[in-house]
Amino acid sequence: MYSTKYHRASSVAEATSLVSAAEDGKFLAGGQTLISTMKQRLAAPSDVVDLRHVDDLQGISVSGETVRIGAATTHAQIAESEDVRNVCAAFADLASLIGDPHVRHMGTIGGSVANNDPAADYPAALVALEATVHTNNRDIAAGDFFVGLFETALEEDEIIVAVSFAAPKKAAYQKFPNPASRYALVGVFVADGSAGARVGVTGAGSDGVFRASDMETALDGEFAAGSLDGVEVDTGLMMSDLHGAPDYRANLVKVLAKRAVVAAV
Amino acid sequence: MAGISMRVNGREVDADVEDRTLLVDFLRNNLVLTGTHVGCDTSQCGACVVHLDGKAVKSCTMLAAQAAGSDITTVEGLMSDGELHPVQRAFREHHGLQCGFCTPGMIMAATDMIARHGAALDEATVRTELEGNICRCTGYHNIVRSILAAAAEMNGTQQAAE
Repeated sequence: MYSTKYHRASSVAEATSLVSAAEDGKFLAGGQTLISTMKQRLAAPSDVVDLRHVDDLQGISVSGETVRIGAATTHAQIAESEDVRNVCAAFADLASLIGDPHVRHMGTIGGSVANNDPAADYPAALVALEATVHTNNRDIAAGDFFVGLFETALEEDEIIVAVSFAAPKKAAYQKFPNPASRYALVGVFVADGSAGARVGVTGAGSDGVFRASDMETALDGEFAAGSLDGVEVDTGLMMSDLHGAPDYRANLVKVLAKRAVVAAV
Repeated sequence: MAGISMRVNGREVDADVEDRTLLVDFLRNNLVLTGTHVGCDTSQCGACVVHLDGKAVKSCTMLAAQAAGSDITTVEGLMSDGELHPVQRAFREHHGLQCGFCTPGMIMAATDMIARHGAALDEATVRTELEGNICRCTGYHNIVRSILAAAAEMNGTQQAAE
């Protein structure tokens, strides 16, 4: 790892001013991606600003059907939250499938969402739940937030404060983990919400997370796995790498979407 | 360089370290607590697992500075009154190790999972929870056996104490 300067922020305002003042500052949440990336010298920020101790980024609140999760909440806290599980068990299940127990104790939802890894789990849920990403400056719809591979709508010095969503009637997440990395080779989050069926797909798209609108239309007819039988997944939209060819990923999208519909509660 | 202080195995420690120092290197090089191992160094293998404020974390994937002000427990901190921890004892009795390189991480992961699951810990849960700890010798069967035996003993002890 190249040399870096560590700062610990106690407020959002302090964190943004520390990063602004730095030559090439980065926010550090749980560090489960950033520290590894710095060790490989793929990132070399002059300064890192630790957000784990900022009170305004902590905590889960569930009010009626509205779930709000502070950005510094760990995957483990989400997976273990009875409040989240009561209104949207699929979201807690998704968090329990990220990494391993040790990673889940450190990694945070804000860090994961800001990184927008094309194989990360949360983006599939956030687009399917039509969630809102709250930053220190504004509220961004999840559909506008995830721009491309590792690219988001966040500006420099902008911090995710929380994410929020309305719990759907039914939802489920199905993940086909890469056997080596445990990232999603394909992950599909299906939700039956007030505005209709929503299908978010991660790990598969060549441009990152996307909503499978043909599947949503089919499920709006009847929310049943059989409704997806006639839907073709466009292989032209699929990522291709040594882990899976486009047609393999396209098939997985359909298989996992059907399983998610069956599993939805 | 920055001054950091934390509590390690019940002892207050202070040191001046470079900000980029990893927690695992701080434990091994500054404190000479070499029980915590570096296996893969890429956050996969779990040989470096320690407890940060009671929760299992990978010490190769955090800066020592991130742990400042925290309570750290390493494998060296599990013994009490000269007696091995029940998980350590179970690994010895059930041959939960061969070369032993992964063992400190396995033991720290095991104590964490037993603390979280208590009496509900079953074989399937142990195997799932070992996702982040890699052993290249045992094939895991005896590790799982060791953890289940320790969990049974620890839960039995708790019940007897109640």
